Amino acid sequence: MTGPRPPVVQNSGQVMGAGHEPANLGDILERVLDRGIVIAGDIRVSLLDIELLTLKLRLVIASVDTARQIGIDWWEHDPWLSSRARPPVEPGPRDPEEVEAERRPRVERVAARRDIDEYDR
Amino acid sequence: MSTTADVGPVATARPDTGAWLHGVVRELPPDTLAELVGMDGAEVRAVRSGGLVAVVSAAPLTEYGEEPLRRKLSDLTWLESAARTHHGVVAALSRTGAVVPARLATVHRDTDRVAAVLAERRAELTAALDRLTGRTEWGVKGYVVPGALPAEADDEPAGGGGAGAAYLRRRRAQLTAKEQGQRITAETAATVHEALAQYAVADRRHAPQDRRLSGAATAMVLNGAYLVDVAALDGFTELVRALAGRHPQVRLELTGPWPPYSFVAEAPAQEAHTVRDPASW
Repeated sequence: MTGPRPPVVQNSGQVMGAGHEPANLGDILERVLDRGIVIAGDIRVSLLDIELLTLKLRLVIASVDTARQIGIDWWEHDPWLSSRARPPVEPGPRDPEEVEAERRPRVERVAARRDIDEYDR
Repeated sequence: MSTTADVGPVATARPDTGAWLHGVVRELPPDTLAELVGMDGAEVRAVRSGGLVAVVSAAPLTEYGEEPLRRKLSDLTWLESAARTHHGVVAALSRTGAVVPARLATVHRDTDRVAAVLAERRAELTAALDRLTGRTEWGVKGYVVPGALPAEADDEPAGGGGAGAAYLRRRRAQLTAKEQGQRITAETAATVHEALAQYAVADRRHAPQDRRLSGAATAMVLNGAYLVDVAALDGFTELVRALAGRHPQVRLELTGPWPPYSFVAEAPAQEAHTVRDPASW
């Protein structure tokens, strides 16, 4: 053993020599955004924004290429991340439950405004 | 540069200063820095203080001040390249010896401030470097193997009540099978993690990656990080192989060696054992 080498174990314990292929972007992002020593820098963009960013990355991206292909640009519209936030023109890929949760109060508001409460019964 | 940077606005700093911290090491072999490429192609520099070396990229505040940095971080393309560049420097350092990696986007106004941080946290950094010497981080991820889960209840159950009731019964049976499968794979993940943790010097169990981030076809049930003595690596690899053979209901994937990203902070109390929403399965 001369030093660490990167084997990759897959399925039934089969070890594949992985060589020096570039590490998976998701793994890298997870490590550099979530971990590592926290030293308060002078430039305070980091914590809130980055934690939120990580969260969103976890939820949204499959890979950066895919993200680009499907036009993920939520940060442009996100009040947490962007001071020039504006409402999205059209919703990006979303968690269906979240979409539904957001839709429901809106539907109820509309219903109330139109005074058609009896429709629910 | 005096220490007015503490209170003064950005404009009081020279516009061409600023330092992006990659990590802290005890010493740097000659020529290490010359081979490294820093943030956005910048030069990589060493900042020495109290027997420690901070490795930084030149990061002009016109580019890495609060506003510009916020803008950059919001750009997924830049974020990807920044993550890879930062990781590239940290990984290169870890190949020369122990390194304490800094979290992404740790930016100081100038190298004097970096030196001050080295001095302030010298004891903590030195202890971390001692702990990490001769060890590397390995990741073991476990994924559900679909065939190993109990089959979903597809049969039409007997009983009246019409299509609606039948649907509800079917749905309940499916959910029960799903819960059972989740319980079995969760237990397997815990067993695998405990076995690896016993072998490793230190361990962390991180929250499983969302499938959209992992890119895997099935749900991740284990996202473990293990600090392993370099001398014990063969044994660790062998253990992963044995565990994979013993537990066919999870597919194990070993990645590494990683710089010890997971082992430089105090263990967050149980934070990693986040309970995942079953809906994400």
